[in-house]
Amino acid sequence: MSSNYEDRDRERDYGFEREYERAMPGRGGARRMQRRKICRFCMDKVDLIDFKDVRLLQSYIPERGKILPRRISGACAAHQRMLAEAIKRARNIALLPYAAD
Amino acid sequence: MAEKRTYEVVFIIDPTVGDDEVMRLSEAVQKIITGQGGSITKTEVMGKRQLAYEINHKRDGTYVLLEVEGSGAEIAELERRMRVNDQILRYMTIGVDEDRRRADKLKDRRARKAERRASAKNKASGASSAAAVSESDE
Repeated sequence: MSSNYEDRDRERDYGFEREYERAMPGRGGARRMQRRKICRFCMDKVDLIDFKDVRLLQSYIPERGKILPRRISGACAAHQRMLAEAIKRARNIALLPYAAD
Repeated sequence: MAEKRTYEVVFIIDPTVGDDEVMRLSEAVQKIITGQGGSITKTEVMGKRQLAYEINHKRDGTYVLLEVEGSGAEIAELERRMRVNDQILRYMTIGVDEDRRRADKLKDRRARKAERRASAKNKASGASSAAAVSESDE
């Protein structure tokens, strides 16, 4: 029974990585191939992510209100850090929800 | 502590408070800060907007944004006053100069990099054109 759960967790954890980061030859096939996204903030040369920019931040919180992880957002470490900080600040002053629904 | 720092203060005023009362409040805030030796570099009433979650059973509020320069004493005083004031639903102060310094540094670095790249390119193109000249000589 417990091994069943472990299997499911493993599936969940690696699902995104397989889809977004790595092309797995032989297993996923060509359909799964997707180049690793490069950081959108680096492309736009963003130096500072403002917590008041709700529009921007909103695109990094899915319905549930959580912060979109790096493996999906594709942001580099430095920018993901800025983003997370900005989202947390926006939450504090009720510009963004802590948890939706 | 002579060092001046820059702060961003955001606070949310109760939606039932009228416009003139909002003005009065921000004036009072200004007085507190200048009274403690700080200065306000920017005031912006962002207007009434919906809160992402309820605060004190209120669904919306008036947002006011300030940019304050000072030693920190006026921030302490301001926060103390806001904590006591029932009309202020929430406040948040952020020290911004660290972030700005970092942003400037990044911008600087990028500019230098671009410059270096441009000069390298110039040199390369200059060398190649020189080569082309010598070739045409032959």
